Amino acid sequence: MSGLPDLVFAGAATPADLVAARVQMALSLGWHIVIACFGVGMPAITVFAEWRAIRRGDRTYLALAHRWAQAMGVLFAVGAVSGTILSFEMGVLWPGLMDTYGQVIGLPFALEGFAFFIEAIFLGIYLYGWNRLPPRVHLLTGIPVCLAGVASAFFVVAANAWMNQPRGFDLDAGRVVGVRPWAAMFNPATPPQTVHMIIAAFMVAGYGMASVYAVAMLRGRTDRYHRLGFLVPFTAAAALTPVQIAVGDWAAKFLATNQPAKLAAIEGVFATSHAVPLHIGGFYEDDEMRYALEIPHGLSLLAHWDPQALIIGLDRFAPEDRPPVNVVHWSFQVMVIIGVFLLLLGIWLAVAWWRRRDLPASRWFLRGSAVAGAAAAVALEAGWITTEVGRQPWIVWGVLRTADAVTPVPGLAVGLLVVGAVYVVLTVTTVAVLRRLTRAPLAPQEEPGEEMNLP
Amino acid sequence: MTAAEWTISAMWVGVTAYVLLAGADFGAGFWDLLAGGSRRGADQRDLIEHSIGPVWEANHVWLIFVIVLCWAGFPGVFASVASTMYVPLMLVALGIIARGAAFAFRKASAELGHRRAYGACFAFSSVLTPFFLGTVAGGIASGRVPLGIAAGDLVTSWLNPTSFLAGALAVGTTAYLAAVYLCADARRAGAAPLAEQFRSRGIVTGAVTGVIALAGIAVLLIDSPALYRGLIGPGLPLVVISAVAGLASAVLLLRRNYLPARLSAAVAVAALPWGWAVAQYPLVLLPDTTIESAAAQPTVLHAVLVTTLIGAVLLIPSLLWMFALFQRDTAPGRNSHGSAADSGS
Ligand code: HDD
Ligand code: HEM
Ligand code: HEM
Repeated sequence: MSGLPDLVFAGAATPADLVAARVQMALSLGWHIVIACFGVGMPAITVFAEWRAIRRGDRTYLALAHRWAQAMGVLFAVGAVSGTILSFEMGVLWPGLMDTYGQVIGLPFALEGFAFFIEAIFLGIYLYGWNRLPPRVHLLTGIPVCLAGVASAFFVVAANAWMNQPRGFDLDAGRVVGVRPWAAMFNPATPPQTVHMIIAAFMVAGYGMASVYAVAMLRGRTDRYHRLGFLVPFTAAAALTPVQIAVGDWAAKFLATNQPAKLAAIEGVFATSHAVPLHIGGFYEDDEMRYALEIPHGLSLLAHWDPQALIIGLDRFAPEDRPPVNVVHWSFQVMVIIGVFLLLLGIWLAVAWWRRRDLPASRWFLRGSAVAGAAAAVALEAGWITTEVGRQPWIVWGVLRTADAVTPVPGLAVGLLVVGAVYVVLTVTTVAVLRRLTRAPLAPQEEPGEEMNLP
Repeated sequence: MTAAEWTISAMWVGVTAYVLLAGADFGAGFWDLLAGGSRRGADQRDLIEHSIGPVWEANHVWLIFVIVLCWAGFPGVFASVASTMYVPLMLVALGIIARGAAFAFRKASAELGHRRAYGACFAFSSVLTPFFLGTVAGGIASGRVPLGIAAGDLVTSWLNPTSFLAGALAVGTTAYLAAVYLCADARRAGAAPLAEQFRSRGIVTGAVTGVIALAGIAVLLIDSPALYRGLIGPGLPLVVISAVAGLASAVLLLRRNYLPARLSAAVAVAALPWGWAVAQYPLVLLPDTTIESAAAQPTVLHAVLVTTLIGAVLLIPSLLWMFALFQRDTAPGRNSHGSAADSGS
């Protein structure tokens, strides 16, 4: 072979190839996850609107349900294809992981496959069945879509939780033996991570949908259609926000006992000691947290409900086993700041509603809501960066190093460039198509015919 | 049969379903590509969009199903294939992205220019994706993917005569399946001229694919003698079934018996992956990786098989319902063709 292949594959894989593989994985995952959140959260909100439409004979709700179904059609297609590239990449980029541990985490992925099936089948029926099914049956076909979306999020995050808390197998001279697939799937990290993720999905979808209507209302379109389009998803997301913060606290407590290196990186704690303060902001340098706002006893208190509690610092880990602190610390800060911001936004609405049965009068509320969707997505990405980078240098925590799992194939940087370019194009076109949908006249996959008359 | 054999059989059922269902969706993209200018091709494109719109995502999931069964049940095989076949698999992945996204985007767009651009993207990727999937299959079948991470040649494992043959066969069979399936769809939609068009296309692509397959015998004889021996040995009955069913489907098309033609075309195509499987049984990867030696531990296989069984109970009725629903006519006046997106074309 000559020419291009030679050029690309010249020489062996380099450390730059490892970086390229990690960036490519992070890019594809980070892209997929945003769309996937809509796949998890949006069906439930849409089915709710359709239910109200049928119950009350309300055409505004019906119009919303149609519009959302149409957007779901686009988002689901994009989610399915971006997920497919992930399942390829698991093997293409990380054969060292799949070769040895594929069978340990195979079960949740196999289950996820079935969830996808159910989701895709019923979504096809839901999107194209408006005219083929009686309204009530049509509504019911939305329910498997909702359940399967949540289930697939559960399964895939269970697999990720296993990477944080590997269980359910024994090692015999580097060979995996005695695999217990159910124990692997229900590892200790599964409950906090899956709950936190599923709530996050509803928040991203809810705030994301609401912000479209917040923008429209800022432009003066304050009719009932836009108000309901804002209120329904926003209320759902806002109601979940305090729960999410409590679950985040649970996740942090979990780390304190089960993955102390990650918590130490999140908080930039070097020295193992009692009564550790909480660090807000700051920069980690030379084994020390600088310029941070310190809340005395804060971390001990938050992590163990005890102001004197012992916190394990990075000094307990060999230098080559420590995750990079600043990325983890700052992404965690961003997640928490956004969580608090979203909480305040929800409280604002609750107070206004309680007093006047109306949205807050201030335009700042709508401005805040207009950015809430993007903010929730940023919190989601930040959370994942905390989790994934905080796990480094391990791909399977304490068991397999990322550097040992990567493919030895050279030329990964080229792959990264190509994949990066594809994602840029995909992002631009997806946004363009969705923007167009917000302006287009209502035309769902199948125009609601006369039959879609409400009972 | 052992647990490993059950698992690989389930996987192969998935491969067959993917070839027959998603294959036809890819083939529809092939015809979309050849449908001609945007006015002349509008009817065909509408028919294609209408036929595959509701079902392509479910059909696509068969691929995911095969992949996850492979990495749960035969992790070493998955790692070997994925790492050696890095290049064509990434091309397949990109093709899948381009095709699925462009199809959905076209559906949601009204401007002619946009629809054309998305349509072109959909159509080109519909041809390239099966081609590269075929090259992967050809590389495995001709023994160019040994067990081990990136143990095969990164380039010649998929740039070789057998891979090229398999890629061409893949494109041919998808086009053939789609043409045969679309005949019946066109007739049901009351578009007799379209049905005639796809009928002649079905006959032509069937013939071309048959010729490729015959020529392939010579290629295999030279390039992959082990596969050749398997195919004329234990695999022979399936090869014969494929040929007979292919001929039968041509006759049925000539007589405009579209539904039976669908069935026999499906049999002709389904016999190909099974013929390959039988030909190299009990090996999964040449030269000496057997099903048993590559399989995951029994606990894993049992868990996967049990969940597959339970999943099948949920899945099969749902799938049947979906296909039945969209094969049924909508009542007159309830047809979907009048939506704003469609009228833009
Ligand atoms: C809308 C998104 C969102 C919001 C508002 C929050 N989180 Fe979060 N967080 C996520 C979305 C997220 C996530 C879905 O992205 C992660 C990544 C992995 C996971 O399981 O959930 C995550 C991970 C994650 C982790 C790491 C878990 C692990 O590695 O095992 C911790 C400790 C927290 N979060 C804590 C919090 C706290 C204390 C919050 C309070 C404001 C918070 N999160 C708000
Ligand atoms: C969808 C949300 C997710 C995001 C945004 C995300 C983000 C990331 C990031 C940023 C990295 C790079 C870490 C580094 O190299 O420093 C990474 C690596 C990785 N993630 Fe995730 N992750 C997500 C979910 C998952 C899930 C659910 C799985 C598996 C089931 C997974 C498997 C991996 C693997 C295999 C790597 C490569 C090895 C490594 O760098 O540790 N990720 N991910
Ligand atoms: C936290 C992480 C993830 C969540 C919550 C998630 C959730 C989802 C959801 C809800 C869908 C349905 C499509 C949609 O509505 O957009 C989907 C699609 C998909 N995901 Fe993910 N996913 C995650 C990460 C991953 C990872 C790590 C992989 C592979 C290794 C993956 C593979 C897939 C595949 C193959 C599809 C397409 C299924 C189809 O064809 O319908 N996902 N995901």
